[in-house]
Amino acid sequence: MSDQATPAVLEATGLGKRYRRTWALRDCTLALPQGRIAALVGPNGAGKTTLLHLAVGLLAPTAGSIRVLGRAPGKDPDLLARVGFVAQDAPLYGDFTAADLLRLGVGLNRRFDLALARDRLGRLGVPLDRRVDRLSGGQRAQVALAMALAKRPEVLLLDEPVASLDPLARREFLQALMGSVAEQGLTVVLSSHLLADLERVCDYLIVLQAARVQVLGPVDELLDRHKLLVGPRRDPAGIAGVAAVVRATHTARQSTLLVRTDGPVRDPALTVADVTLEDLVLAYLADPSAGALPGPAAAPAPNRLEVQA
Amino acid sequence: MIEFHLDGRSRVSTYMQLVQQVRQALRVGMLEPGDQLPRVREVAESLAINPNTVLKAYRELEHDGLVEGRPGQGTFVLRSLAGPSLASQVELRQELLAWLGRARAAGLDTEDVVALFETTLRAAAEEGVA
Repeated sequence: MSDQATPAVLEATGLGKRYRRTWALRDCTLALPQGRIAALVGPNGAGKTTLLHLAVGLLAPTAGSIRVLGRAPGKDPDLLARVGFVAQDAPLYGDFTAADLLRLGVGLNRRFDLALARDRLGRLGVPLDRRVDRLSGGQRAQVALAMALAKRPEVLLLDEPVASLDPLARREFLQALMGSVAEQGLTVVLSSHLLADLERVCDYLIVLQAARVQVLGPVDELLDRHKLLVGPRRDPAGIAGVAAVVRATHTARQSTLLVRTDGPVRDPALTVADVTLEDLVLAYLADPSAGALPGPAAAPAPNRLEVQA
Repeated sequence: MIEFHLDGRSRVSTYMQLVQQVRQALRVGMLEPGDQLPRVREVAESLAINPNTVLKAYRELEHDGLVEGRPGQGTFVLRSLAGPSLASQVELRQELLAWLGRARAAGLDTEDVVALFETTLRAAAEEGVA
């Protein structure tokens, strides 16, 4: 799959949103290729929800522009029909039953695959005739997902869909989501703090830190380009093959470096190991300035690392 | 049909774990030519992993000439990795079990056995035996 060949599903250019004097999101430039499952990661208040709300047109940009499926969100019913959105904590009308909600979905949407939603919830054993506020958190999340998928959207935006779920419900939610992605070929943006889950599910990473994009790119390329180096204590500067040190920790005798490489590291004194997505994200989040290091891929904005696809 | 499993603690990437499990199944005769691999959707759903990861694994197996994707039908095994060695594997396994019994009696634990096996395998490879 070549990212250049497929058009960007979500595209932001210099996107910013300001509340009074505070920028919730700033200088955000990104292009998410079609068919990707993107993880949107960052500390609370980094701008994740703001970005998602801008993408569905719940907020209007203060600066720059955002395009979803090539169109500007907000006041575009044609576009809304093609975008699914599940807000944080899967808000649903609590005194409605799932069956009521599905009927509502039919009434409110141009395209709503009632049979698909019923079938999905039936297979999961979610009772359609019970008030939604009497369902478990996992079942409510499944109802919200089924509602969003019944629109047969091309893009699905999920704001921390599994944050409040127990591990089993979380797994079941992600199973349902991955099955649907395989079936419907959606592009997904998923914000979450649960890095271990994201590692299995996502193939594209967007790290937001302090209202800016810090890391951006396909997960496999990011993992290829980062290594963990362990060796005798040393000055991290000037190791051949290392483009930037993202995080360095030292004991009296040993140095552990998480680095971005621009070639093979062949220093015999160093053990070179692969990193996990979790290692990588935590290293960047620990140092807000890490993305500012000049990367081999010329970053269009400061304070950002971008791996070209 | 085989069922995939994932080792969450493994540093081996998810797609490579899938490739290795198919190769393993081909090697021990659990998968034979004509057998179908689980559908991408089923694997993605049961393991809660990205369907692109499954596709990547199947593409690699296809590239190696081991399987073939048939549009609208699924992915099927083209050739086995078991070869004529499969028949002798039963006997070798029994000999290995007997050897493991002797190793345990001599006081070797699992880690000792793995270390001894790996160093011997490496040494034999260097001498051109294995």
